Amino acid sequence: MPENPDRREFLRLMGASMALAGLGAGACTRQPTEKILPYSSQPEELTPGEPLLYATALTLGGFARGVLVESREGRPTRIDGNPLHPASLGATDAFAQAELLALYDPDRSQVVTYLAEIRGWSDFLGAARSVRARAKAGADLRILTETVTSPALAAQLEELLAELPRARWHAWEPVSRANVNNGARLAFGELVQAHYRIDRADVILSLDDDLFGCGAASVRHARDFASRRVPEQPGRMCRLYVAESTPTTTGAMADHRFSLAPTEVEDIARAVARGLGIEVAGPAPRSPLADAIARDLWRHRGRGLVAVGEPQPPAVHALGHAMNDALGSPGTTVVYTDPVEASPPDPVQSLRELVRDIEAGRVQTLLILGSNPVLSAPADLDFAAALRAVPLRIHHGLQVDETAELCHWHVPAAHALESWGDARAFDGTSSIVQPLIAPLYGGRSQHEVLAALSAHPERSGYEVVADYWRAKLGGGENAERRFRRALHDGLVEGTAASARTPRLRPDLSLAPDRAASAPRAEGGIELVFRPDPALFDGRFAANPWLQELPRPLTKLTWGNAAIVAQATAARLGVEDGDVVEIARAGRRVRAPVLLLPGQPPDVVTFHLGSGRRRAGRVGSGVGFDAYPLRTSDALWSATGARIRRTGARVPLARTQEHLTMEGRQPVRSGTVAGYLARPGFAAEAEPSPPPAHSLSAPFAYSGHAWAMTIDLSVCTGCSACVVACQAENNVPVVGKEQVLAGRAMHWLRVDTYVEGTAIHDQPIPCMHCEQAPCELVCPTEATVHGAEGLNDMVYNRCVGTRFCANNCPYKVRRFNFFHYSGAEPEIFALRRNPDVTVRTRGVMEKCTYCVQRIDRARIQAQILGRRVRDGEVTTACEAVCPTRAIVFGDANDPEARVARSRASPRNYALLASLGTRPRTTYLASIANPNPEIES
Amino acid sequence: MKGPESEVLGPLRGHDFASVEDRIGGIVLARKAPRAWTAGIAVALLLLLGFLYGTTYLLAVGVGIWGVNAPVGWGFAIINFVWWIGIGHAGTLISAILLLLRQPWRTSINRLAEAMTLFAVACAATFPALHLGRPWLFYWLVPYPDTMGLWPQFRSPLVWDIFAVSTYGIVSLLFWFVGLVPDLAAMRDRARGRAARMAFGVLAMGWRGSAEHWRSYETAYLLLAGLATPLVVSVHTVVSFDFAVSVIPGWHSTIFPPYFVAGAIFSGFGMVLCLVIPLRRLYRLEDFITDKHLDAMAKLLLASGLIVAYGYGMEAFMAWYGGGTYEVYAQTNRFRGPYAPTYWSLLVCNVLVPQLLWSRRVRRAAWALFAISLIVLAGMWLERFVIVVTSLHRDFLPSSWGMYAPTRWDWVLLVGSLGLFGALMFVFVRLLPMISIFEVRASLPQAHVERGREGGQ
Repeated sequence: MPENPDRREFLRLMGASMALAGLGAGACTRQPTEKILPYSSQPEELTPGEPLLYATALTLGGFARGVLVESREGRPTRIDGNPLHPASLGATDAFAQAELLALYDPDRSQVVTYLAEIRGWSDFLGAARSVRARAKAGADLRILTETVTSPALAAQLEELLAELPRARWHAWEPVSRANVNNGARLAFGELVQAHYRIDRADVILSLDDDLFGCGAASVRHARDFASRRVPEQPGRMCRLYVAESTPTTTGAMADHRFSLAPTEVEDIARAVARGLGIEVAGPAPRSPLADAIARDLWRHRGRGLVAVGEPQPPAVHALGHAMNDALGSPGTTVVYTDPVEASPPDPVQSLRELVRDIEAGRVQTLLILGSNPVLSAPADLDFAAALRAVPLRIHHGLQVDETAELCHWHVPAAHALESWGDARAFDGTSSIVQPLIAPLYGGRSQHEVLAALSAHPERSGYEVVADYWRAKLGGGENAERRFRRALHDGLVEGTAASARTPRLRPDLSLAPDRAASAPRAEGGIELVFRPDPALFDGRFAANPWLQELPRPLTKLTWGNAAIVAQATAARLGVEDGDVVEIARAGRRVRAPVLLLPGQPPDVVTFHLGSGRRRAGRVGSGVGFDAYPLRTSDALWSATGARIRRTGARVPLARTQEHLTMEGRQPVRSGTVAGYLARPGFAAEAEPSPPPAHSLSAPFAYSGHAWAMTIDLSVCTGCSACVVACQAENNVPVVGKEQVLAGRAMHWLRVDTYVEGTAIHDQPIPCMHCEQAPCELVCPTEATVHGAEGLNDMVYNRCVGTRFCANNCPYKVRRFNFFHYSGAEPEIFALRRNPDVTVRTRGVMEKCTYCVQRIDRARIQAQILGRRVRDGEVTTACEAVCPTRAIVFGDANDPEARVARSRASPRNYALLASLGTRPRTTYLASIANPNPEIES
Repeated sequence: MKGPESEVLGPLRGHDFASVEDRIGGIVLARKAPRAWTAGIAVALLLLLGFLYGTTYLLAVGVGIWGVNAPVGWGFAIINFVWWIGIGHAGTLISAILLLLRQPWRTSINRLAEAMTLFAVACAATFPALHLGRPWLFYWLVPYPDTMGLWPQFRSPLVWDIFAVSTYGIVSLLFWFVGLVPDLAAMRDRARGRAARMAFGVLAMGWRGSAEHWRSYETAYLLLAGLATPLVVSVHTVVSFDFAVSVIPGWHSTIFPPYFVAGAIFSGFGMVLCLVIPLRRLYRLEDFITDKHLDAMAKLLLASGLIVAYGYGMEAFMAWYGGGTYEVYAQTNRFRGPYAPTYWSLLVCNVLVPQLLWSRRVRRAAWALFAISLIVLAGMWLERFVIVVTSLHRDFLPSSWGMYAPTRWDWVLLVGSLGLFGALMFVFVRLLPMISIFEVRASLPQAHVERGREGGQ
């Protein structure tokens, strides 16, 4: 500026600079003002940008699943399975994946409250001191936990019970092992736990046992099963019979699936038992089907397995034990051990006693640890009313839930990823739970709450757990080393429950279950209750990833439905989404129906855990609550219910409407015999056209050629891959309205098709076509082909014409119709993968084959001066897959697993006739049916 | 030459050079517009306001306010685009091709048709930009030397669209303007207000009507007509490539270019009739736009409708004859799928109803013609709905099939674009002579007797 500007000059300059300022503010993205502070002292082992892995464990229904948690600059950002852990073997289920989001959930409770007013932890300590004083003086203290396998917690509880004369421990778990335990007692006269070694079984009969569904050992079962389902080794193929009362992922894997009413499962169990030469009291109808199964099991005795699910009554469990005994399974396919649970083995009984004692006025203080019985207790116990009668009620949990609402005190719980603890796996193997981050919302662990009642109220969770394990590991220098080792490995060696060889009770009568033998009420329907494949018993209702996870088979998100068969729906005159009213024993529930092929007629299945009143902003009021129909005498199924249509309609947010293949063959399946006769049947069904004539020579892909195969023979459709992909790739949650509008964002979806009685699942990531139709039509070069065969997305070049999505024959492209990532709570930014761009509004996105993982491996390999080796790149979906159905790698490396699976005669490309030459290919599904059984 | 002209223009009874100019120019120079005009533009501006409201909300929030979703990535925006572009075809066809084919009856309607073309192209051009996920980056589709060193991806039909539509828009504008120049000069000379004289004067670019001017004009106009003629075919051919180049069954079809062009002409004539009939009534222009004009346009409507019908037939036949699973399904899904009602109504609108035009009585009944052309316009919009939505909503994998339902914002923009079009049209008829004065004068019998006085002012 000149020294003395005249007016003209001044205005000219002002004008110009204001115009520039306007340009600057308008045209450039403004950066928020932030202070950045360097570490004043560099934390040990932490290199910025380099993830660290810590071994810990997460529980489901009390049982541990070992995980490795990735930490980025102190923030947990992803969860993988722990390869050393027996319940994981490197894989996880969808629940474990989603625990990451639960950790950051801003709707978790954040303060101690008394009568809904904010208090400090010290106030609670004061209250705990007086509770302890009164309990010492002989007042009744009751502690209600969930299923507990934690040795340290059990030790704390036992110490407390010993100290306080009238303290008692109750447990309630809506998805418990009560029938399993009672069945074992019935059969053996003692409590033992049966473990299935599916990898050793040639023939498996599942009686309503969802082996691969949600359970303590489901991931392990799936892995073991998959190891016996390699059609290239036809001699080792096992055979799975499933008799089930509602379609499950286990049924989807069956060679023969029988869709039966819950009460009919016992009939087939008894018929098979008789076929095995077991004397069963009472009627056991003969059926050629059961005889064929029995013959098959008998032919493979010693390698046969009868698995009975928790939903079946103890009598059927006893039958199962007897059948396994007759088949010589104990010691091979069935291993008996001491029980792993430390809490009362029959939670229904335990809760009933608690309610009885409350009603008798014998309970002065009730401490509820984690459990949410007001939601989930059997309706006939009317727990809420009983709870109100307790003079002092203390609740400890992750959320202010339905139970916390009725309690005087509420103490926020720390998440498993932010507290010390321990837990045992299904086989008893103990893991020490270690925190990855200080409690985000000031939560306390169960150990700390129990410590508050003890003589040392200020003991930290770490002290409780570490002291317990150091003592257990023998004390001294050696113990410290073993403790550190246990932390590093994620499990304490040699803690698996010891094997037992229980003997069947000689007086085992094998009489039919009383309830089951009752004749089916005329015109009535049977109800089936099952844990929700995504929400479990309702504890995950606040988790948006799980709410939006398309449930296996139904593909329903955000809520549940009354699942009915086509025949039942036709009789009632209802269609998908029509609301029906189901009445049983004076209780009524209204729910939209969902027609599911494979559902037995006149059976209505409810998934528990939806319709919660208090589950934060995410889970409250989503779906309907089925618990009011569930009574203590009918935990898993009930007869004599009535159903009627109401005329109302509720839209069902499903991600797949058509479960039939419409005469097309996206999934190609066959039998072992057919496969051996014509191994290449799948590829022959739809040959690729010859390469098109081109003026330029085809690209050689001389470096890496990334490719993926998905083995449909072993994919259970569990959908853990969907959540793993969401976590890895910062895929936003869009909400029910957007799912209804057809805008779910999952980069990987699992398609389900029903063909007769067979159910097929097919995960669909991006196919990474070598001749990609999407690339041709993009006007801005926002989707381009990489030199290694990846179909890349350039987000900041995308203007959002959506032409690519239209032209994708596989419909794998996902569009940000709104600014979905911006709608997430701010704190979710902490859990995002820093290696993956967060997409903005108006941009197309899709599966990248986890390109960030490829690049990380490439950088490592370049540092070491060599090529990337097979197995150094795993995609998120591959890493999480319990059955290892997904294999990723370099197709140019002949030794790579993916190159070998691509060479399988079962390998086929989806829509090969279009000439897209996809890099993702499928291995045809091969079943191993019993030739004696038609269907 | 004289025979057919006087046959078509027979009812120009009693008009001479002055009366033609009075009647047509008077509409523009009159102080007060007819009440119907005021009411009409009020409605159009109201709808335009809705368009602006819908657009503002769209830009603020995102295309998620529309019904587009995962299998159906394109919805009303693309349907509207194709529909408006199609309508924009009649202007050039009438002006250029009929000029080259020496169809003198075009003189009464070419100005209106050309204006209609421009406004339809303007309406159409808004949609491809608005339908983008990030509309503020629409210029990335345009080849310009940017700092990133990136060009558009020239294999994409969307880039071809940019060229086709912008070329068409520019040539149409030039053609229309060049045709206006002698009339602008006439208006300049007649206008009384200073502002109007100035405005017309500037736009007339110094036209004095000298023989030299006329010679240059004739040459330029003929050249432009020659230039515009291939565009009539090219624009909608390229638009059809948006679909035909893809792999989607129901889109991937070689019949699309001619089928789209025929459809475009069909809807274009529909729109011309739709505009001409009420305007003729409103401004009492029956002397200039006679029943014979309507009859000729109705014949063209029928002819192009028959080509369109043939297209529908061939599409179904080829799917059946080809026997491909997906193609056959795409076709049967149109017949019997959830959107079957739209398919059958488009057949009624575009194939069945135009058959009435075989009757001379219908062709000469203005209001019947008006109703038929409205039905044709609706039918052509439905045709684009069927092409865009029913092909996308069920393509290859049954797992990804879905449904599409427009939201209220889709309707706001469709109806709002009618408002935009209407407002532009009303402004045009108020400010510029809607019929070419000098061309009508040139076709008066007097012009042929006293050629020397032609154009002399």
